[in-house]
Amino acid sequence: MNPPVIRAEGLTKRYGGVLALDRVSFEVAEGEIFGFLGPNGAGKTTTIHLLTGLARPDGGRVFIHGEETSGRVKRAQHLFGIVADESNLYPELTGFDNLSFCGALYGMRKRAREERARELLGVFGLAEAADRRFSGYSKGMKRRLAIAAALMHRPPILFLDEPTTGIDVASARRIRGLLAELSRGGVTIFLTTHYIEEAERLCRRIAFIASGRLLRVDLLEELLEPLKGRHLLRLTLSREIGDRLGGLTRAFPSIARASLSGKRCLLESSAPVALGPIVRYLEECGIEVLEAVRQRPSLEEVFVEITGIEAEAMRGEKEPRKGGGEA
Amino acid sequence: MRQAVAFWNILLKDMRAYYLKPPNVSWGILFPLAWTAMFFIKSGAGPERLREVLPGVAAISILFGTTSMLAVTVTFEKKSRSFERLLLAPISLELLMFAKTAGAILFGVANAFVPFAIAALFVDLAPLSWGTALPAVFLVAVSSTFLGLFIAVSVSEVFEAQTFSNFFRFPMIFLCGLFFPIADLPVVLKPLAYLFPLTYGVDLLRHALRQPAVLTPAVDFALLGLSCGVLFSFSLRNIRRRWIL
Repeated sequence: MNPPVIRAEGLTKRYGGVLALDRVSFEVAEGEIFGFLGPNGAGKTTTIHLLTGLARPDGGRVFIHGEETSGRVKRAQHLFGIVADESNLYPELTGFDNLSFCGALYGMRKRAREERARELLGVFGLAEAADRRFSGYSKGMKRRLAIAAALMHRPPILFLDEPTTGIDVASARRIRGLLAELSRGGVTIFLTTHYIEEAERLCRRIAFIASGRLLRVDLLEELLEPLKGRHLLRLTLSREIGDRLGGLTRAFPSIARASLSGKRCLLESSAPVALGPIVRYLEECGIEVLEAVRQRPSLEEVFVEITGIEAEAMRGEKEPRKGGGEA
Repeated sequence: MRQAVAFWNILLKDMRAYYLKPPNVSWGILFPLAWTAMFFIKSGAGPERLREVLPGVAAISILFGTTSMLAVTVTFEKKSRSFERLLLAPISLELLMFAKTAGAILFGVANAFVPFAIAALFVDLAPLSWGTALPAVFLVAVSSTFLGLFIAVSVSEVFEAQTFSNFFRFPMIFLCGLFFPIADLPVVLKPLAYLFPLTYGVDLLRHALRQPAVLTPAVDFALLGLSCGVLFSFSLRNIRRRWIL
Protein backbone atom coordinates (compact mmCIF):
# COMPACT_ATOMS: atom_id res chain seq x y z
CA MET A 1 0.00 0.00 0.00
CA ASN A 2 1.22 3.52 -0.77
CA PRO A 3 1.88 5.70 2.29
CA PRO A 4 -1.40 6.87 3.83
CA VAL A 5 -2.61 10.29 2.72
CA ILE A 6 -5.47 10.27 5.24
CA ARG A 7 -5.24 8.58 8.62
CA ALA A 8 -8.03 8.61 11.19
CA GLU A 9 -7.30 7.35 14.67
CA GLY A 10 -10.16 6.61 17.05
CA LEU A 11 -12.45 9.33 15.71
CA THR A 12 -15.37 9.85 18.07
CA LYS A 13 -18.23 12.32 17.75
CA ARG A 14 -21.31 12.92 19.88
CA TYR A 15 -24.27 15.13 18.99
CA GLY A 16 -25.99 15.76 22.30
CA GLY A 17 -26.59 12.33 23.77
CA VAL A 18 -26.20 10.53 20.44
CA LEU A 19 -22.93 8.79 19.68
CA ALA A 20 -22.58 9.52 15.95
CA LEU A 21 -19.10 8.04 15.55
CA ASP A 22 -17.45 5.56 17.87
CA ARG A 23 -13.63 5.25 17.78
CA VAL A 24 -13.35 5.00 14.01
CA SER A 25 -9.87 4.32 12.60
CA PHE A 26 -8.75 3.83 9.00
CA GLU A 27 -6.11 4.81 6.48
CA VAL A 28 -6.46 5.91 2.87
CA ALA A 29 -3.49 5.36 0.57
CA GLU A 30 -2.35 7.81 -2.07
CA GLY A 31 -4.23 7.52 -5.34
CA GLU A 32 -6.79 4.97 -4.18
CA ILE A 33 -10.56 5.17 -4.18
CA PHE A 34 -11.59 4.38 -0.63
CA GLY A 35 -15.26 3.47 -0.19
CA PHE A 36 -17.13 4.25 2.99
CA LEU A 37 -20.23 2.11 2.80
CA GLY A 38 -23.17 2.20 5.15
CA PRO A 39 -26.85 3.07 5.54
CA ASN A 40 -28.26 6.51 6.36
CA GLY A 41 -27.24 7.70 9.80
CA ALA A 42 -24.25 5.35 9.88
CA GLY A 43 -21.80 8.24 10.34
CA LYS A 44 -20.53 8.68 6.79
CA THR A 45 -21.18 12.42 6.50
CA THR A 46 -20.01 13.00 10.07
CA THR A 47 -16.70 11.33 9.15
CA ILE A 48 -16.24 13.63 6.15
CA HIS A 49 -17.09 16.66 8.32
CA LEU A 50 -14.48 15.61 10.89
CA LEU A 51 -11.82 15.01 8.23
CA THR A 52 -12.42 18.29 6.39
CA GLY A 53 -13.02 20.68 9.29
CA LEU A 54 -16.79 21.17 9.25
CA ALA A 55 -16.99 19.47 12.65
CA ARG A 56 -14.68 18.95 15.60
CA PRO A 57 -14.05 15.46 16.95
CA ASP A 58 -14.81 14.71 20.61
CA GLY A 59 -12.02 12.17 20.50
CA GLY A 60 -9.37 10.81 18.17
CA ARG A 61 -7.00 12.35 15.66
CA VAL A 62 -6.76 13.03 11.94
CA PHE A 63 -3.53 13.04 9.94
CA ILE A 64 -3.17 14.34 6.40
CA HIS A 65 0.11 13.40 4.70
CA GLY A 66 1.39 12.39 8.14
CA GLU A 67 0.74 15.76 9.74
CA GLU A 68 -1.89 15.99 12.46
CA THR A 69 -4.68 18.35 11.41
CA SER A 70 -7.04 17.96 14.37
CA GLY A 71 -7.77 21.52 15.54
CA ARG A 72 -5.76 23.11 12.70
CA VAL A 73 -7.40 21.74 9.60
CA LYS A 74 -7.20 25.14 7.82
CA ARG A 75 -3.58 24.27 7.03
CA ALA A 76 -4.68 21.27 4.99
CA GLN A 77 -7.88 22.57 3.40
CA HIS A 78 -6.08 23.68 0.22
CA LEU A 79 -5.41 19.96 -0.42
CA PHE A 80 -9.09 19.05 -0.33
CA GLY A 81 -11.80 19.07 -2.94
CA ILE A 82 -15.14 18.45 -1.28
CA VAL A 83 -18.44 17.44 -2.83
CA ALA A 84 -21.25 17.61 -0.28
CA ASP A 85 -24.24 15.27 -0.26
CA GLU A 86 -26.40 18.17 -1.47
CA SER A 87 -25.44 20.48 -4.32
CA ASN A 88 -24.43 23.60 -2.42
CA LEU A 89 -23.41 25.95 -5.18
CA TYR A 90 -24.96 29.38 -5.71
CA PRO A 91 -28.33 29.19 -7.48
CA GLU A 92 -28.18 32.80 -8.72
CA LEU A 93 -24.78 32.36 -10.43
CA THR A 94 -24.19 30.67 -13.78
CA GLY A 95 -22.29 27.40 -14.00
CA PHE A 96 -19.21 29.24 -15.23
CA ASP A 97 -19.40 31.90 -12.49
CA ASN A 98 -19.86 29.25 -9.82
CA LEU A 99 -16.68 27.48 -10.93
CA SER A 100 -14.77 30.73 -11.20
CA PHE A 101 -15.89 31.76 -7.71
CA CYS A 102 -14.87 28.40 -6.24
CA GLY A 103 -11.42 28.77 -7.83
CA ALA A 104 -11.11 32.25 -6.32
CA LEU A 105 -11.77 30.84 -2.83
CA TYR A 106 -8.54 28.90 -3.27
CA GLY A 107 -6.64 31.98 -4.42
CA MET A 108 -6.64 31.23 -8.16
CA ARG A 109 -6.04 34.27 -10.36
CA LYS A 110 -8.73 35.36 -12.84
CA ARG A 111 -7.15 34.03 -16.03
CA ALA A 112 -6.14 30.70 -14.47
CA ARG A 113 -9.57 30.05 -13.00
CA GLU A 114 -11.42 31.04 -16.15
CA GLU A 115 -9.29 28.66 -18.23
CA ARG A 116 -9.76 25.88 -15.68
CA ALA A 117 -13.52 26.51 -15.50
CA ARG A 118 -13.85 26.21 -19.29
CA GLU A 119 -11.75 23.04 -19.27
CA LEU A 120 -13.85 21.40 -16.53
CA LEU A 121 -17.15 22.44 -18.08
CA GLY A 122 -15.99 20.60 -21.20
CA VAL A 123 -14.82 17.51 -19.31
CA PHE A 124 -18.10 17.28 -17.41
CA GLY A 125 -20.26 17.81 -20.50
CA LEU A 126 -21.59 21.15 -19.29
CA ALA A 127 -20.00 23.53 -21.81
CA GLU A 128 -23.34 24.36 -23.40
CA ALA A 129 -24.90 25.13 -20.01
CA ALA A 130 -21.97 27.31 -18.87
CA ASP A 131 -23.93 30.55 -19.04
CA ARG A 132 -27.14 29.18 -17.56
CA ARG A 133 -28.01 29.79 -13.93
CA PHE A 134 -27.25 26.92 -11.58
CA SER A 135 -30.85 27.01 -10.35
CA GLY A 136 -31.99 25.89 -13.82
CA TYR A 137 -29.72 22.80 -13.91
CA SER A 138 -31.08 19.27 -13.58
CA LYS A 139 -30.07 17.24 -10.53
CA GLY A 140 -27.46 15.29 -12.49
CA MET A 141 -25.99 18.49 -13.98
CA LYS A 142 -25.87 20.07 -10.52
CA ARG A 143 -23.97 17.11 -9.15
CA ARG A 144 -21.52 17.16 -12.07
CA LEU A 145 -20.92 20.89 -11.59
CA ALA A 146 -20.40 20.33 -7.85
CA ILE A 147 -17.67 17.79 -8.64
CA ALA A 148 -16.15 20.16 -11.19
CA ALA A 149 -16.17 22.92 -8.54
CA ALA A 150 -14.32 20.66 -6.13
CA LEU A 151 -11.65 20.03 -8.78
CA MET A 152 -11.08 23.67 -9.72
CA HIS A 153 -7.87 24.05 -7.68
CA ARG A 154 -6.58 20.58 -8.70
CA PRO A 155 -6.73 19.07 -5.20
CA PRO A 156 -4.80 15.85 -4.58
CA ILE A 157 -7.56 14.61 -2.21
CA LEU A 158 -11.22 14.47 -3.13
CA PHE A 159 -14.04 13.83 -0.65
CA LEU A 160 -17.35 12.81 -2.19
CA ASP A 161 -20.45 12.37 -0.07
CA GLU A 162 -22.97 10.15 -1.89
CA PRO A 163 -22.11 11.59 -5.33
CA THR A 164 -24.65 9.58 -7.32
CA THR A 165 -27.60 9.55 -4.93
CA GLY A 166 -30.89 10.58 -6.52
CA ILE A 167 -29.53 11.30 -9.99
CA ASP A 168 -30.33 9.70 -13.33
CA VAL A 169 -28.60 6.59 -14.58
CA ALA A 170 -26.63 8.33 -17.35
CA SER A 171 -25.27 11.00 -15.00
CA ALA A 172 -24.35 8.39 -12.38
CA ARG A 173 -22.50 6.36 -14.99
CA ARG A 174 -20.68 9.47 -16.24
CA ILE A 175 -19.66 10.45 -12.70
CA ARG A 176 -18.31 6.98 -11.99
CA GLY A 177 -16.26 7.11 -15.19
CA LEU A 178 -14.83 10.48 -14.22
CA LEU A 179 -13.93 9.27 -10.72
CA ALA A 180 -12.10 6.27 -12.11
CA GLU A 181 -10.20 8.57 -14.45
CA LEU A 182 -9.27 10.92 -11.60
CA SER A 183 -8.00 8.00 -9.56
CA ARG A 184 -5.84 6.86 -12.46
CA GLY A 185 -4.46 10.40 -12.53
CA GLY A 186 -3.29 10.05 -8.91
CA VAL A 187 -6.13 11.77 -7.03
CA THR A 188 -6.94 10.14 -3.70
CA ILE A 189 -10.70 9.71 -3.42
CA PHE A 190 -12.71 9.23 -0.23
CA LEU A 191 -16.16 8.15 -1.35
CA THR A 192 -19.19 7.61 0.86
CA THR A 193 -22.08 5.71 -0.64
CA HIS A 194 -24.94 3.45 0.27
CA TYR A 195 -24.92 1.84 -3.19
CA ILE A 196 -23.05 -1.42 -2.69
CA GLU A 197 -22.58 -2.06 -6.41
CA GLU A 198 -21.07 1.42 -6.80
CA ALA A 199 -18.50 0.73 -4.09
CA GLU A 200 -17.74 -2.66 -5.62
CA ARG A 201 -17.29 -1.18 -9.05
CA LEU A 202 -15.12 1.79 -8.07
CA CYS A 203 -13.24 1.18 -4.85
CA ARG A 204 -9.95 -0.52 -4.16
CA ARG A 205 -10.59 -0.69 -0.44
CA ILE A 206 -13.90 -0.53 1.38
CA ALA A 207 -14.99 0.23 4.94
CA PHE A 208 -18.35 -0.95 6.27
CA ILE A 209 -19.88 1.43 8.78
CA ALA A 210 -23.14 1.12 10.71
CA SER A 211 -24.45 3.00 13.76
CA GLY A 212 -21.23 4.99 14.02
CA ARG A 213 -19.01 1.91 14.27
CA LEU A 214 -16.54 0.71 11.68
CA LEU A 215 -17.24 -2.98 11.21
CA ARG A 216 -14.61 -3.93 8.64
CA VAL A 217 -12.01 -2.27 6.41
CA ASP A 218 -10.37 -4.32 3.72
CA LEU A 219 -9.30 -4.57 0.11
CA LEU A 220 -12.19 -5.41 -2.20
CA GLU A 221 -10.60 -8.71 -3.25
CA GLU A 222 -10.09 -9.69 0.41
CA LEU A 223 -13.73 -8.94 1.14
CA LEU A 224 -14.83 -11.04 -1.81
CA GLU A 225 -12.40 -13.91 -1.12
CA PRO A 226 -14.81 -16.00 1.04
CA LEU A 227 -17.38 -15.82 -1.76
CA LYS A 228 -15.19 -17.68 -4.24
CA GLY A 229 -16.80 -20.99 -5.17
CA ARG A 230 -20.14 -19.95 -3.67
CA HIS A 231 -23.29 -20.14 -5.77
CA LEU A 232 -26.45 -18.16 -5.19
CA LEU A 233 -29.97 -18.83 -6.32
CA ARG A 234 -32.58 -16.16 -5.64
CA LEU A 235 -36.20 -17.29 -5.75
CA THR A 236 -39.32 -15.16 -5.80
CA LEU A 237 -42.24 -17.19 -4.45
CA SER A 238 -46.02 -16.94 -4.64
CA ARG A 239 -46.26 -16.80 -0.84
CA GLU A 240 -44.01 -16.82 2.19
CA ILE A 241 -42.23 -20.11 2.73
CA GLY A 242 -42.21 -19.80 6.54
CA ASP A 243 -41.17 -22.88 8.51
CA ARG A 244 -40.95 -25.04 5.36
CA LEU A 245 -37.47 -23.58 4.80
CA GLY A 246 -35.99 -26.14 7.21
CA GLY A 247 -37.56 -28.95 5.16
CA LEU A 248 -36.10 -27.50 1.96
CA THR A 249 -32.53 -27.44 3.30
CA ARG A 250 -32.95 -30.97 4.66
CA ALA A 251 -34.27 -32.19 1.30
CA PHE A 252 -31.34 -30.58 -0.56
CA PRO A 253 -28.19 -31.02 1.56
CA SER A 254 -26.07 -29.19 -1.02
CA ILE A 255 -27.76 -25.95 0.11
CA ALA A 256 -25.37 -24.58 2.69
CA ARG A 257 -27.46 -21.60 3.74
CA ALA A 258 -30.94 -20.29 3.06
CA SER A 259 -32.27 -16.87 4.02
CA LEU A 260 -35.71 -15.31 3.70
CA SER A 261 -36.93 -11.79 3.06
CA GLY A 262 -40.72 -11.87 2.70
CA LYS A 263 -41.56 -13.85 -0.42
CA ARG A 264 -37.93 -13.86 -1.51
CA CYS A 265 -35.59 -16.70 -0.70
CA LEU A 266 -31.81 -16.79 -1.21
CA LEU A 267 -30.15 -20.19 -1.43
CA GLU A 268 -26.40 -20.50 -1.10
CA SER A 269 -24.37 -23.57 -2.04
CA SER A 270 -20.82 -24.61 -2.75
CA ALA A 271 -21.83 -26.12 -6.13
CA PRO A 272 -24.58 -25.15 -8.57
CA VAL A 273 -27.89 -26.69 -7.44
CA ALA A 274 -30.38 -28.03 -9.98
CA LEU A 275 -33.41 -25.80 -10.17
CA GLY A 276 -36.01 -28.38 -11.32
CA PRO A 277 -36.13 -30.53 -8.15
CA ILE A 278 -36.36 -27.41 -5.95
CA VAL A 279 -39.27 -26.03 -7.99
CA ARG A 280 -41.08 -29.39 -7.82
CA TYR A 281 -40.46 -29.69 -4.05
CA LEU A 282 -41.90 -26.24 -3.44
CA GLU A 283 -44.89 -26.89 -5.70
CA GLU A 284 -45.64 -29.99 -3.63
CA CYS A 285 -45.68 -27.66 -0.64
CA GLY A 286 -48.22 -25.45 -2.46
CA ILE A 287 -45.71 -22.71 -3.22
CA GLU A 288 -45.19 -21.54 -6.75
CA VAL A 289 -41.79 -20.26 -7.93
CA LEU A 290 -42.49 -17.04 -9.81
CA GLU A 291 -38.89 -16.20 -10.62
CA ALA A 292 -35.53 -17.91 -10.20
CA VAL A 293 -32.27 -16.04 -10.76
CA ARG A 294 -28.76 -17.40 -10.48
CA GLN A 295 -26.60 -14.62 -9.00
CA ARG A 296 -22.92 -13.93 -9.04
CA PRO A 297 -21.85 -13.62 -5.40
CA SER A 298 -21.08 -9.95 -4.80
CA LEU A 299 -20.09 -7.49 -2.13
CA GLU A 300 -23.77 -7.32 -1.18
CA GLU A 301 -23.58 -10.75 0.48
CA VAL A 302 -20.47 -9.73 2.41
CA PHE A 303 -22.13 -6.50 3.49
CA VAL A 304 -25.27 -8.28 4.68
CA GLU A 305 -23.19 -10.87 6.52
CA ILE A 306 -21.04 -8.29 8.31
CA THR A 307 -23.57 -5.56 9.06
CA GLY A 308 -26.77 -7.59 9.35
CA ILE A 309 -28.46 -4.89 7.24
CA GLU A 310 -30.52 -6.00 4.25
CA ALA A 311 -29.13 -4.40 1.10
CA GLU A 312 -32.67 -3.96 -0.26
CA ALA A 313 -33.61 -1.87 2.76
CA MET A 314 -30.54 0.32 2.31
CA ARG A 315 -31.21 0.83 -1.38
CA GLY A 316 -34.69 2.10 -0.63
CA GLU A 317 -33.52 4.64 1.93
CA LYS A 318 -32.98 7.44 -0.49
CA GLU A 319 -34.74 8.64 -3.58
CA PRO A 320 -35.01 5.88 -6.18
CA ARG A 321 -33.05 6.41 -9.37
CA LYS A 322 -34.86 7.61 -12.40
CA GLY A 323 -35.05 4.91 -14.96
CA GLY A 324 -34.45 2.22 -12.35
CA GLY A 325 -32.12 -0.70 -12.97
CA GLU A 326 -28.47 -0.76 -12.61
CA ALA A 327 -26.38 2.11 -13.86
CA MET B 1 -2.08 37.31 -2.22
CA ARG B 2 -4.26 34.16 -2.29
CA GLN B 3 -6.16 35.48 0.71
CA ALA B 4 -6.67 38.83 -1.01
CA VAL B 5 -8.06 37.08 -4.12
CA ALA B 6 -10.51 35.12 -1.96
CA PHE B 7 -11.53 38.23 0.04
CA TRP B 8 -12.12 40.34 -3.07
CA ASN B 9 -14.12 37.66 -4.86
CA ILE B 10 -16.38 36.94 -1.87
CA LEU B 11 -17.09 40.66 -1.63
CA LEU B 12 -17.62 40.95 -5.40
CA LYS B 13 -19.93 37.94 -5.49
CA ASP B 14 -22.08 39.34 -2.66
CA MET B 15 -22.21 42.75 -4.33
CA ARG B 16 -23.42 41.27 -7.60
CA ALA B 17 -25.72 38.67 -6.08
CA TYR B 18 -27.29 40.78 -3.35
CA TYR B 19 -26.37 44.44 -2.85
CA LEU B 20 -26.57 45.74 -6.41
CA LYS B 21 -29.90 44.09 -7.12
CA PRO B 22 -32.62 46.68 -7.97
CA PRO B 23 -34.77 46.00 -4.86
CA ASN B 24 -31.83 46.75 -2.58
CA VAL B 25 -30.77 49.85 -4.49
CA SER B 26 -34.31 51.22 -4.35
CA TRP B 27 -34.51 50.34 -0.64
CA GLY B 28 -31.33 52.36 -0.05
CA ILE B 29 -32.90 55.43 -1.68
CA LEU B 30 -36.54 55.12 -0.61
CA PHE B 31 -35.99 54.27 3.02
CA PRO B 32 -34.16 57.51 4.01
CA LEU B 33 -36.59 59.54 1.88
CA ALA B 34 -39.57 58.00 3.68
CA TRP B 35 -38.09 58.65 7.13
CA THR B 36 -37.25 62.27 6.34
CA ALA B 37 -40.69 62.91 4.84
CA MET B 38 -42.41 61.22 7.78
CA PHE B 39 -40.59 63.42 10.28
CA PHE B 40 -41.52 66.63 8.48
CA ILE B 41 -45.14 65.69 7.87
CA LYS B 42 -45.60 64.71 11.51
CA SER B 43 -43.82 67.72 13.04
CA GLY B 44 -45.01 70.29 10.52
CA ALA B 45 -41.45 71.69 10.46
CA GLY B 46 -39.83 73.25 7.40
CA PRO B 47 -36.69 72.21 5.49
CA GLU B 48 -34.59 74.56 7.66
CA ARG B 49 -34.77 71.88 10.36
CA LEU B 50 -33.34 69.19 8.07
CA ARG B 51 -29.91 69.50 9.68
CA GLU B 52 -31.44 68.56 13.06
CA VAL B 53 -32.86 65.25 11.85
CA LEU B 54 -29.96 64.41 9.55
CA PRO B 55 -27.90 62.39 12.15
CA GLY B 56 -30.96 60.33 13.08
CA VAL B 57 -32.07 59.65 9.50
CA ALA B 58 -28.53 58.77 8.39
CA ALA B 59 -28.05 56.44 11.37
CA ILE B 60 -31.39 54.68 10.93
CA SER B 61 -30.74 54.23 7.20
CA ILE B 62 -27.45 52.52 7.97
CA LEU B 63 -28.94 50.41 10.75
CA PHE B 64 -31.86 49.03 8.74
CA GLY B 65 -29.86 48.65 5.52
CA THR B 66 -27.02 46.67 7.02
CA THR B 67 -28.90 44.46 9.48
CA SER B 68 -31.45 43.43 6.84
CA MET B 69 -28.76 42.31 4.41
CA LEU B 70 -26.88 40.05 6.80
CA ALA B 71 -29.95 37.85 7.21
CA VAL B 72 -29.66 37.09 3.49
CA THR B 73 -25.91 36.99 2.92
CA VAL B 74 -25.21 34.86 5.99
CA THR B 75 -28.34 33.14 7.40
CA PHE B 76 -29.77 32.27 3.97
CA GLU B 77 -26.44 30.94 2.70
CA LYS B 78 -26.07 28.89 5.87
CA LYS B 79 -29.55 27.48 5.43
CA SER B 80 -28.90 26.62 1.75
CA ARG B 81 -25.53 25.14 2.78
CA SER B 82 -23.53 27.26 0.34
CA PHE B 83 -21.89 28.84 3.41
CA GLU B 84 -20.24 25.44 4.05
CA ARG B 85 -18.27 26.02 0.86
CA LEU B 86 -16.80 29.18 2.40
CA LEU B 87 -16.05 27.47 5.71
CA LEU B 88 -14.16 24.75 3.83
CA ALA B 89 -12.01 27.23 1.89
CA PRO B 90 -8.42 27.66 3.10
CA ILE B 91 -9.01 31.14 4.51
CA SER B 92 -9.27 32.12 8.16
CA LEU B 93 -12.71 32.55 9.67
CA GLU B 94 -11.83 36.16 10.55
CA LEU B 95 -10.99 37.02 6.94
CA LEU B 96 -14.03 35.16 5.65
CA MET B 97 -16.37 37.09 7.93
CA PHE B 98 -14.68 40.40 7.08
CA ALA B 99 -15.31 39.58 3.43
CA LYS B 100 -18.95 38.62 4.09
CA THR B 101 -19.56 41.83 6.06
CA ALA B 102 -17.56 44.20 3.83
CA GLY B 103 -20.42 44.40 1.32
CA ALA B 104 -22.93 45.29 4.03
CA ILE B 105 -20.59 47.95 5.43
CA LEU B 106 -20.23 49.57 1.99
CA PHE B 107 -24.01 49.29 1.50
CA GLY B 108 -24.53 51.01 4.87
CA VAL B 109 -22.12 53.83 4.00
CA ALA B 110 -23.88 54.35 0.65
CA ASN B 111 -27.25 54.39 2.45
CA ALA B 112 -26.01 57.10 4.82
CA PHE B 113 -25.08 59.44 1.99
CA VAL B 114 -28.57 59.43 0.51
CA PRO B 115 -30.02 61.64 3.33
CA PHE B 116 -26.89 63.84 3.21
CA ALA B 117 -27.34 64.30 -0.55
CA ILE B 118 -31.04 65.10 -0.12
CA ALA B 119 -30.32 67.55 2.71
CA ALA B 120 -27.66 69.31 0.60
CA LEU B 121 -30.39 70.23 -1.89
CA PHE B 122 -32.35 72.19 0.73
CA VAL B 123 -29.93 73.44 3.40
CA ASP B 124 -26.35 74.62 3.66
CA LEU B 125 -24.18 71.77 4.96
CA ALA B 126 -21.09 74.02 5.28
CA PRO B 127 -20.84 73.60 9.06
CA LEU B 128 -20.47 69.83 8.56
CA SER B 129 -17.08 68.49 9.68
CA TRP B 130 -16.26 65.77 7.15
CA GLY B 131 -13.29 64.75 9.26
CA THR B 132 -15.71 63.59 11.95
CA ALA B 133 -18.66 62.66 9.73
CA LEU B 134 -16.80 60.21 7.46
CA PRO B 135 -15.25 58.04 10.19
CA ALA B 136 -18.51 58.29 12.15
CA VAL B 137 -20.60 57.01 9.21
CA PHE B 138 -18.05 54.25 8.60
CA LEU B 139 -18.04 53.13 12.23
CA VAL B 140 -21.85 53.24 12.47
CA ALA B 141 -21.95 51.05 9.35
CA VAL B 142 -19.37 48.65 10.82
CA SER B 143 -21.10 48.39 14.22
CA SER B 144 -24.57 47.97 12.66
CA THR B 145 -23.23 45.32 10.27
CA PHE B 146 -21.60 43.44 13.13
CA LEU B 147 -24.85 43.68 15.10
CA GLY B 148 -26.59 42.16 12.05
CA LEU B 149 -23.89 39.50 11.88
CA PHE B 150 -24.30 38.71 15.57
CA ILE B 151 -28.04 38.23 14.98
CA ALA B 152 -27.54 36.27 11.75
CA VAL B 153 -25.22 33.72 13.34
CA SER B 154 -27.40 33.32 16.43
CA VAL B 155 -30.39 31.93 14.52
CA SER B 156 -31.06 29.22 11.94
CA GLU B 157 -33.83 30.67 9.78
CA VAL B 158 -34.03 33.87 7.74
CA PHE B 159 -37.38 34.82 9.32
CA GLU B 160 -35.83 34.37 12.79
CA ALA B 161 -33.04 36.74 11.79
CA GLN B 162 -35.59 39.36 10.67
CA THR B 163 -37.65 38.98 13.85
CA PHE B 164 -34.60 39.06 16.11
CA SER B 165 -33.30 42.13 14.23
CA ASN B 166 -36.51 44.01 14.90
CA PHE B 167 -36.23 43.13 18.57
CA PHE B 168 -33.10 45.33 18.57
CA ARG B 169 -33.83 47.82 15.81
CA PHE B 170 -37.15 49.30 16.85
CA PRO B 171 -36.18 50.00 20.49
CA MET B 172 -32.97 51.58 19.12
CA ILE B 173 -35.02 54.16 17.18
CA PHE B 174 -36.34 55.49 20.47
CA LEU B 175 -33.45 54.77 22.81
CA CYS B 176 -30.37 55.88 20.87
CA GLY B 177 -31.09 59.60 20.60
CA LEU B 178 -31.95 59.44 16.91
CA PHE B 179 -34.98 61.69 17.11
CA PHE B 180 -35.61 61.99 20.85
CA PRO B 181 -32.80 63.33 23.07
CA ILE B 182 -31.46 60.79 25.54
CA ALA B 183 -31.77 63.47 28.26
CA ASP B 184 -35.57 63.35 27.80
CA LEU B 185 -35.79 59.56 28.32
CA PRO B 186 -37.24 58.20 31.58
CA VAL B 187 -34.49 57.55 34.14
CA VAL B 188 -34.88 53.75 33.95
CA LEU B 189 -34.34 53.75 30.16
CA LYS B 190 -31.29 56.03 30.08
CA PRO B 191 -28.71 53.31 30.92
CA LEU B 192 -30.17 51.16 28.14
CA ALA B 193 -29.33 53.85 25.58
CA TYR B 194 -25.63 53.45 26.35
CA LEU B 195 -25.73 49.71 25.69
CA PHE B 196 -26.36 50.31 21.99
CA PRO B 197 -23.42 51.34 19.75
CA LEU B 198 -25.76 53.45 17.64
CA THR B 199 -26.03 55.96 20.51
CA TYR B 200 -22.33 56.80 20.12
CA GLY B 201 -22.63 56.93 16.34
CA VAL B 202 -25.50 59.42 16.42
CA ASP B 203 -23.64 61.47 19.05
CA LEU B 204 -20.64 61.62 16.68
CA LEU B 205 -22.82 62.71 13.78
CA ARG B 206 -24.18 65.49 15.99
CA HIS B 207 -20.59 66.57 16.69
CA ALA B 208 -19.95 66.54 12.94
CA LEU B 209 -22.96 68.83 12.38
CA ARG B 210 -21.98 71.10 15.30
CA GLN B 211 -25.06 70.12 17.26
CA PRO B 212 -25.29 69.58 21.03
CA ALA B 213 -23.94 66.11 21.91
CA VAL B 214 -23.73 64.02 25.08
CA LEU B 215 -20.17 62.66 25.07
CA THR B 216 -16.86 63.88 23.65
CA PRO B 217 -15.89 62.66 20.15
CA ALA B 218 -12.94 60.72 21.55
CA VAL B 219 -15.20 58.79 23.96
CA ASP B 220 -17.76 58.18 21.20
CA PHE B 221 -15.08 56.85 18.81
CA ALA B 222 -13.55 54.65 21.51
CA LEU B 223 -16.87 53.13 22.61
CA LEU B 224 -18.06 52.65 19.03
CA GLY B 225 -14.79 50.90 18.15
CA LEU B 226 -15.03 48.75 21.26
CA SER B 227 -18.62 47.75 20.36
CA CYS B 228 -17.46 46.69 16.89
CA GLY B 229 -14.75 44.50 18.38
CA VAL B 230 -17.08 42.90 20.93
CA LEU B 231 -19.85 42.18 18.40
CA PHE B 232 -17.41 40.70 15.85
CA SER B 233 -15.74 38.52 18.50
CA PHE B 234 -19.08 37.23 19.77
CA SER B 235 -20.19 36.49 16.20
CA LEU B 236 -17.03 34.48 15.46
CA ARG B 237 -17.44 32.63 18.74
CA ASN B 238 -21.03 31.77 17.78
CA ILE B 239 -20.00 30.53 14.32
CA ARG B 240 -17.31 28.29 15.80
CA ARG B 241 -19.68 26.99 18.48
CA ARG B 242 -22.86 26.59 16.42
CA TRP B 243 -21.71 26.01 12.85
CA ILE B 244 -18.47 24.07 13.24
CA LEU B 245 -20.03 21.50 15.54
